[in-house]
Amino acid sequence: MSVAREPRTLIEVSDLHVHLAGSHVLQGVAFSVPEGGVTALLGRNGVGKTTTLRAMLGLVDARGAVSLDGRELTRMPTHEIVQLGIGYVPEDRDVFAGLTVGENMKLAERNGSARYDLVYELFPELRERTDQRAGTLSGGQQQMVAIARALLNENRVLLIDEPTKGLAPLLVTEVARVLERAAEIATILLVEQNLGVVHRIARDAVVLDQGRVVHTGPARALLEDSEQVHRYLGVSGAAH
Amino acid sequence: MDTFVLLTITGLGLAAMYFLIASGLSLIYGLMGVLNFAHGAFLTVGAFATWSITEHLGWIGNETLRFIAAGAFGLLAGAVMAALVEFVLIRPLYRRPIEQVLVTVGLALAVGALVQGIWGPEVQPFPSPQWMRDTTTVLGANIPNDRFVEIAAALIVLVGLQAFLRRSRYGLIIRAGVENRAMVTALGIDVRRAFTLVFTIGGVAAALAGVLSSVYFGGVEPHRGTSLLIFAFIVVVIGGLGSIEGSAYAAAVVGLTQQYANYYASSGLGDLAVVLLLAIVLLIKPGGLARAVVAH
Repeated sequence: MSVAREPRTLIEVSDLHVHLAGSHVLQGVAFSVPEGGVTALLGRNGVGKTTTLRAMLGLVDARGAVSLDGRELTRMPTHEIVQLGIGYVPEDRDVFAGLTVGENMKLAERNGSARYDLVYELFPELRERTDQRAGTLSGGQQQMVAIARALLNENRVLLIDEPTKGLAPLLVTEVARVLERAAEIATILLVEQNLGVVHRIARDAVVLDQGRVVHTGPARALLEDSEQVHRYLGVSGAAH
Repeated sequence: MDTFVLLTITGLGLAAMYFLIASGLSLIYGLMGVLNFAHGAFLTVGAFATWSITEHLGWIGNETLRFIAAGAFGLLAGAVMAALVEFVLIRPLYRRPIEQVLVTVGLALAVGALVQGIWGPEVQPFPSPQWMRDTTTVLGANIPNDRFVEIAAALIVLVGLQAFLRRSRYGLIIRAGVENRAMVTALGIDVRRAFTLVFTIGGVAAALAGVLSSVYFGGVEPHRGTSLLIFAFIVVVIGGLGSIEGSAYAAAVVGLTQQYANYYASSGLGDLAVVLLLAIVLLIKPGGLARAVVAH
């Protein structure tokens, strides 16, 4: 007889505070991310989702504690945190516009075992555009570069911020498919406004409101409860 | 015609020195957001290190070899000083731009005063090889040979920097860092190493400008770094912050404008013409020439 085991906690965030330009943006954010699968970080605009990811990476000054597999990250510089095996796909993609697609990827290589096979399998278009300047790509193509950079290394965790923002419906489906595949090889903490995508790929959900965590639990149960969706996310109806 | 040729080549010689200073300033500002007012001090240290070591190199019979050996020492002094400034003074003040400006201004004043305190305020004659002081006739104009050396040195630095930025891993990091430093660190790269490297490269280029300007002006003096730095800043702004190509174009425009205005308008008007040029460029292209002339 086998017993279903609870996935162990990979990331633990506790009492995280961030002040930005005099505003108390994160007010004691606390949640945990289990190993494997996708955990969605949800909430209305401006509640601190992006700031939470940036604070976890040391990109903004924060007080509190963030640990990866029991290792405290809070006082480490960003590059050392990332070297522990974290890939980051920022909200605005932040591809280097003056660099070519190939240079963007080369810059992201952290060691000799870059997974170009995987990246080109997921985004065959990038192989053809290696010598094209990233600044001349469409929004969707730039998003591919941003995700490819994070998938290039063998990361344990991917912090992905609104990967479908501003994309056409067909591309949204494409990105969701890639994230599903990525979730097979890494733990994903995903900030996403598209609840259809969240419903499709996320196992767990953490909801932020005004700089605090107001709900944690299974993603589907949350999204299928229209009253909770309306209360926490300000959206009418539930995602299916 | 011969006067025009002389003015042009002399202007380009001056431009070469502006470029050598401006390239480092531009990279440092582009990557780190640091306005390095101490950059002129690297020039001064390079020039005085070269000048002061020369008298100890009398055992090198060939004057060209002696000049090269002394110059190499000057460049080393510039490199060491720049790396130390970044490591000791700038790094602890990362994310504190006001303090960075204060410390670099203070260092510039201190180095100028220190050098003046040791060697005095006068111009000290600089022993350059005889062939550099000789002239070559170009289209009827007798051009001092050092002008060609200055132009060639700047071109070599321009080509070398471009190759470094385009072909090397650190060059890639620097180009990316000029665009978005935070994202470079978010890819797991310790961008601080690139900071030290960029400062060191800037220090070497400024020290080279120090050696060449000593030949150009015929001597070393404690405050030349400061006076050339002002024009180098203008070059950086006109060229577009963070762009090496932009600095090269802008240096040529500034050097030539200064020479032509001084001769064809009135002596002393060159500096005013450069400031006017700066105002016009800022009005028409606030981001500098780089975005208009070359895609960065």
